[in-house]
Amino acid sequence: MKEFFHRRIERNAIGFVLAIVGVASIGGLVEIAPLFTIHETVEAAPDMRLYTPLELAGRNLYIREGCYACHSQMIRTLRDEVERYGPYSLAAESQYDHPMLWGSKRTGPDLARLGAKYSDAWHVAHLINPRDVVPESVMPRYGWLQRNPLRIDDLGEHLAAQRAVGVPYTDAMIENATADARGQANPEAAESSGVTERYGEATNVRVFDGNPSLVTEMDALVAYLQVLGQLTGAAHQETAGRQE
Amino acid sequence: MISRLTVSERHLALFVLGALALAGLAMAVGGRGDPLAVHGVIVLAASLGLGFLVLSALFSPEPGESRLAEYYDDPTKAGIVLSLAWAVVGMFFGVWVAALLAWPELTFVDSAWASFGRIRPVHTSGVIFGFGGNALIATSFHVLQRTCRARLPDQFSPWFVLIGYNLFCVIAASGYLMGMTQSKEYAEPEWYADIWLVIVWVVYFLIYIRTLARRKEPHIYVANWYYMAFILVVAVLHIVNNLALPVSFGHAKSYSLFSGVQDAMTQWWYGHNAVAFFLTAGFLGMMYYYLPKRAERPIFSYRLSIISFWGITFMYMWAGAHHLHYTALPQWVQTLGMTFSVVLLVPSWASAGNALATLNGAWHKVRDDATLRFMMVAAVFYGLSTFEGSFMAIRAVNSLSHYTDWTVGHVHAGALGWVAMITFGSLYALVPWMWKQERMYSPKLIEVHFWLALAGTVVYVFAMWNSGIIQGLMWRTYNDSGTLAYSFIDSLVAMHPYYIARAFGGLLFLTGAVVCSYNVWMTIRMARVARVPAKGDVPLYGAAQAGE
Repeated sequence: MKEFFHRRIERNAIGFVLAIVGVASIGGLVEIAPLFTIHETVEAAPDMRLYTPLELAGRNLYIREGCYACHSQMIRTLRDEVERYGPYSLAAESQYDHPMLWGSKRTGPDLARLGAKYSDAWHVAHLINPRDVVPESVMPRYGWLQRNPLRIDDLGEHLAAQRAVGVPYTDAMIENATADARGQANPEAAESSGVTERYGEATNVRVFDGNPSLVTEMDALVAYLQVLGQLTGAAHQETAGRQE
Repeated sequence: MISRLTVSERHLALFVLGALALAGLAMAVGGRGDPLAVHGVIVLAASLGLGFLVLSALFSPEPGESRLAEYYDDPTKAGIVLSLAWAVVGMFFGVWVAALLAWPELTFVDSAWASFGRIRPVHTSGVIFGFGGNALIATSFHVLQRTCRARLPDQFSPWFVLIGYNLFCVIAASGYLMGMTQSKEYAEPEWYADIWLVIVWVVYFLIYIRTLARRKEPHIYVANWYYMAFILVVAVLHIVNNLALPVSFGHAKSYSLFSGVQDAMTQWWYGHNAVAFFLTAGFLGMMYYYLPKRAERPIFSYRLSIISFWGITFMYMWAGAHHLHYTALPQWVQTLGMTFSVVLLVPSWASAGNALATLNGAWHKVRDDATLRFMMVAAVFYGLSTFEGSFMAIRAVNSLSHYTDWTVGHVHAGALGWVAMITFGSLYALVPWMWKQERMYSPKLIEVHFWLALAGTVVYVFAMWNSGIIQGLMWRTYNDSGTLAYSFIDSLVAMHPYYIARAFGGLLFLTGAVVCSYNVWMTIRMARVARVPAKGDVPLYGAAQAGE
């Protein structure tokens, strides 16, 4: 009787290794590679603006504290989610998110459309002790954000790295990153005019944490939370278009 | 242990540790003002400490040729101990984060390192990479030598892999406490830790391929297929998903090369296959060796093993998209992911069934021997959780289960019921062999551990099924006037009793792991008094060399 074909493969270690890699590679190649080449994968969003240096720093704090483990930023195309959180998320909305923060678990609510929903003061109080504003909450306290000064001297390097991975920051944005962070957190500062000039009139220029004398981590995180879902109106247009 | 290394191996160790110390120094200096410097100091201290250890034994007499007539099991022994240490640490953090969801103030108030978001990945990495990874490395060295009838090719590289891997785990866990994370689930460590892991992994692969090249058995045994798939595919996944650009060489922080939808798909292609090739393939390798050995029965079906192996290797890689149902991921990818996830049940149950059918004729042993019972229950949970996984990958089911505790319950049915149970079973079989004892210190404590582990798993999984399904239903319930019936916080309040139950289940499981560690420790102590060498447990390859 002819030898069972698999018996031969089992005798050749290198062949076995190549077979494993070959067989295992197919799925990823078929599912991931086309996402980079098929144009419709990411919708056009011409009105989209970029994160300011302060908001990007806030986003990095969101990552540092592990917020993504309990909060998603991805509203699914389901009726109850759209009614609870707002228009479903589009791929375009996270096209500049390196990495994405879609999340996988909602121990707390989705945050994709959190921006402009609550006041800065609410966010600050909530982050210092969530149970002061939502008594049933199980969210941790983040009191240190209010005390820690934000590291802003290297924000230019952050923006440059972002540009290297594909986010269209301009030379002026990179050069002025540190000044823009200071300016966005204090409208009285001379540097604040440059922020709206570079990032658009709709940019929030405010004393986010209530303390104008210092740019804190609280400033950055609240600035980021206030811009969630606000970078482009594409999702609202998409939903309106579907309803017509 | 160092005196068991040859002189040239000691020199190699010193050279490598010197290079590592320089790397640590560079990180400490270049990363001033950044948490990176702390890791530089850790690397520097670890390599200097180990270097001192090697130096202290540098001139002790070289081991004789007789060492080649025995398998090289020192790294396996160390790996077992490290694995259990990580189990206790990782599960302790697990119980802590579980308790925080029931009682959010149960932490050091205002200590950033002790907040939920930072200690949660210490739990996940601690149990998956610390406990699971060390157990895989330790058992793979043992299984590889026995199934090849060949000694490991040298004595330095297994230590490099084991210690290097644990350095990676320490960097990962300490980094989380300082807030260093890429935010990619199960791929949180930053770029320098990722690069280090690639180096360790290449050496691990080389050990495998070099030992296989020396094998005295014509065929590569099925357990090694799975260990090889684990090593190879985890390397591919790890490299692709961790492609990132550091802000500078003085920053721990990096930005992922991919963004948005492509990043999400890459992450869950990685994430789901970390489950497949780390938490499934590797542990199937364990099961295919230790279960038949302990039951003293041959594997039920060779052909089922082949179908199952190639089915898992091929199909799992398509399944990741089921983590992204109804999201901004194009629907054609979601559908492919769902389809392959459902078909994946076939190879999964082929393995689970193969394991259970192997026990035919040995069920009386399952009744009497808690070690074998651990492995049997692991196979049952493997079958259950792969069925649940295929079920939850169906779009309609996923619309309810996604984002809820049901997912957490599913993961733990696999992690506690399958991964941890097969590991404990294998370790209870392996420890007496390694320390040349007839049996573990206390079979009774194995029995106690078994029931603690089983009760803990069942309590945990039932709590999460309940909370997950209630959560999912509350989020989508409408009242008569056509508006949503419950606010988000209503659903959170409803979770409270289940979160308490979950923490209790976890506590039972942790207690079991502590009992296991004690039992293993006492077995090791017994070995100081008397040793019973196992008959015939010697390499053919090394022996032939030594005799020439």
